[in-house]
Amino acid sequence: MRIALFIACYNDALYPSTGRAVVRVLERLGHEVAFPLAQTCCGQMHFNTGYQTEIVPLVRRFVETFEPFEAIVSPSGSCVGMVRDAYPRMAVVAGDTHLARRVEELAPRVFEFTELLVDRLGITDVGASYPHRVTYHPTCHSLRALGLGDKPLRLLRAVRGIDLVELPAAEECCGFGGTFAVKNAEVSTAMVADKTRHVLGTGAEVLTAADNSCLMHIGGALSRMRTGVDTVHLAEILASVDEHAPSAL
Amino acid sequence: MSGGAADPRQLHPTVLRPGDFPTMAHEALGDAQLRRNLGQATATIRAKRENVTAELDDWQALRAAGSAIKTRVLRHLDTYLLQLEEAVTAAGGQVHWAADATEATALVTRLVQAHEADEVVKVKSLTTDEIELNEALHAAGIAAWETDLAELIVQLGEDAPSHILVPAIHKNRAEIRELFLRRLDIDELSDEPADLAGAARAHLRERFLRAKVGISGVNFAIAETGTVSVVESEGNGRMCVTLPEVLISVMGIEKILPTWDDLGVFMQLLPRSSTAERMNPYNSFWTGVSPGDGPCEFHLVLLDNGRSDVLADEIGRQTLRCIRCSACLNVCPVYERTGGHAYGSVYPGPIGAILTPQLLGVEQAGTLPYASSLCGRCYEVCPVEIDIPEVLVHLRNRVVEEKKRRSRVPGSEQLAMRALAWFFADQRRYEAGLAAVERGGPFARSGWLRRLPGVAAAWTDARDAPVPPGESFRSWWKSERRAGTGS
Amino acid sequence: MSAKETILARVRAALRDVGDAERPDDVAVPRAYHRTGALSAEAMLDQFVERVSEYQASVRRVAERSLAAGIADTLTAAGIRRLIVPNDVPDDWRPEGIEVVDDDGGGHERLDRVDGVLTGCSGAIAETGTITLDSGARQGRRALTLVPDYHLCVVRADQVVASVPEGVAALADAIAEGRPITWISGPSATSDIELSRVEGVHGPRTLEVLLVE
Repeated sequence: MRIALFIACYNDALYPSTGRAVVRVLERLGHEVAFPLAQTCCGQMHFNTGYQTEIVPLVRRFVETFEPFEAIVSPSGSCVGMVRDAYPRMAVVAGDTHLARRVEELAPRVFEFTELLVDRLGITDVGASYPHRVTYHPTCHSLRALGLGDKPLRLLRAVRGIDLVELPAAEECCGFGGTFAVKNAEVSTAMVADKTRHVLGTGAEVLTAADNSCLMHIGGALSRMRTGVDTVHLAEILASVDEHAPSAL
Repeated sequence: MSGGAADPRQLHPTVLRPGDFPTMAHEALGDAQLRRNLGQATATIRAKRENVTAELDDWQALRAAGSAIKTRVLRHLDTYLLQLEEAVTAAGGQVHWAADATEATALVTRLVQAHEADEVVKVKSLTTDEIELNEALHAAGIAAWETDLAELIVQLGEDAPSHILVPAIHKNRAEIRELFLRRLDIDELSDEPADLAGAARAHLRERFLRAKVGISGVNFAIAETGTVSVVESEGNGRMCVTLPEVLISVMGIEKILPTWDDLGVFMQLLPRSSTAERMNPYNSFWTGVSPGDGPCEFHLVLLDNGRSDVLADEIGRQTLRCIRCSACLNVCPVYERTGGHAYGSVYPGPIGAILTPQLLGVEQAGTLPYASSLCGRCYEVCPVEIDIPEVLVHLRNRVVEEKKRRSRVPGSEQLAMRALAWFFADQRRYEAGLAAVERGGPFARSGWLRRLPGVAAAWTDARDAPVPPGESFRSWWKSERRAGTGS
Repeated sequence: MSAKETILARVRAALRDVGDAERPDDVAVPRAYHRTGALSAEAMLDQFVERVSEYQASVRRVAERSLAAGIADTLTAAGIRRLIVPNDVPDDWRPEGIEVVDDDGGGHERLDRVDGVLTGCSGAIAETGTITLDSGARQGRRALTLVPDYHLCVVRADQVVASVPEGVAALADAIAEGRPITWISGPSATSDIELSRVEGVHGPRTLEVLLVE
């Protein structure tokens, strides 16, 4: 299948290794990956902060860029959630019924990475190997907005050599919440303090999730505490096929 | 009787007003005792709620029905209000309408004065807290005795409510014991909850028996039959609605259900979501007045006080489905850490963050819609399916639009958002921006940055920030795949 | 403009998006929840007993013919010496050796000077361990089951329904007649201190139930 990758702007700039991992996994599974260069940002940060009219052009851009593809994948649960939940409403805000129809047709073809693998491609074992002690944080958007359920865990459990340990109070929010982390920095910090405490309690070397934004938040706190625990996107674990750490990709 | 107990007219409650949420939360975040009290209490009730909702295999169907019934009421509220008025009147009750808090408190004060009463017994009612009824009664020389244990604790402590179900959730047993010893004229008291409850019983018993006027809120009012209900645990509600000669119940106009039968849904949703019990101990349902049983006069006050403004917002409207169960507070990671007072309203937590700005206007409570990480747990547990994150984001938009309207000079956030949107709106601009980020990366010594300037400092106060790698995904793709695909 | 007119005008203005042709019933209400219980009659009674007990109320199952003895034993064991009853309870509900006073409908202070009250009920809900009172036969006025510190309630097995929707439906006639209704699920309780439940505040601190089969 020819699958278009929607990388998400912050992954493009800050976490290119995650994008490379998605490409690698999909190509290993025999699919063709396209990366339409017209893509930029889904507009989630604007939308969640209250700036709606500003991003109507981004909704149009996304629709025009990805409409030609049969399947679109993104390694960001919250950006997929944005397309599914907010785009229909943004089309209403724009007063554009034609756009609304196009969004409605496109949205069901936009998949979060683990959704694409498990639901659309029907695979849980992607042939990965990752001999490390890993714990998984289900991000709020992947858990509650997308309803990913145990799909990420099913994929992780099939990885060779992985020592997957359960994260206590996993479903608690890490306190990121986009601009919330800055606007309510103190509350956000109090939340991430509990999250890091739970992560450290597992004794894991690596914390993984299906979204780099939350990983950036928890990872930033773990780094500040000089804990030595790495944060690695789930796609990078699934892309690993040998002893080498994901950075070797 | 505790003759020397504090007269409520002499007590000065803490008045809640919304302010800057992060500032108001600051103090609570530093209060380790408060954090422990809240953490323990919410963890307990979260687990209980999960058990009692999980044991019903039709819980989601009940939520869907509850949500739809309330939607039906809201879309036809004028019809149902008139139907309710007619039914209550036919059953011997008197219906009054109050457009705002001032009208409502004046109305209730007049009713109490007409019966020459200088005191009333009250069952916990957020609606009467919202309109600051006690203060109005006290100003008229009428003592309003709060009879719900938690409301009593708040009243005696000259405090403010911090939780919808348990207004004194921020107090632990030792603090309550100290307060009762100080205010209730008791010499000895342990900090066992049973003994503390016993002290409240002794303090209030005679007041219940002698009270001429009782005041309550309303959980549900049935339009078809005129039946009004109060749902409670201690029996203080039954005392207030049964023993006095006159009963005055104040209800928000959204509290209606169409038919008696609809209680088959709501009497499952509310107890299991609220006290996390299969059923709370006492539910009272009365229809007008009944000769020989209970009050001989019943007044029902229908209060708007901003609700019609909420109704007018098509996305915000769902807020009025709320049945005040407080499940959203108990699961909220923000509430758990800040407590209720930071929300500056008798409606704290996620529901308060959407209700208060709508009741008062977003310009009065503009930071409340941002007091959430949008984690979505509130929506997940809401028994009437209020999509709180959706309403929060919608209200953030109203806050932003309001700011744009009020000031012709855009603020720094607005400028930044505009600039970013401008970058994102065009491929070449976006790529130029990315290139700048790529050039900035290699100057860092490790993968993380310890300090960022400006607004971003709020991030690096407690968390490191990632260093952009030298090559973006796009650059890698272009060099790897040359022309790229599909662009 | 009166407050009523103001509010109605505001509400109607707020609902401009609702078409004039839409009637309340046009707003669909999905009723996929259980309207009736699935348990057998016996299992339902077991459930009722179990769930009432979980509220820290005691339940005893008695045969019809030993009800009078059951009442006497229960009251004696509870140390009740002065008992108030609704006027219409049968004679064999009035145990010898206990002072039984009829409710005269007078002041509430009198209710505060008895040890306990004995009533029947209008129905019961197994799933939630709830007893319903509708001011009908053997129940008296509401204050009667509220002010005394002890309540013994007689529930007939055929009064028990499985679910809340059935319990609500069973009260439709009482509602139509305008009778006040009270639901009782265990003794009075509070969770206001640290959200941990303790029994016994303003209502009866002790609730006992006799289930008559």
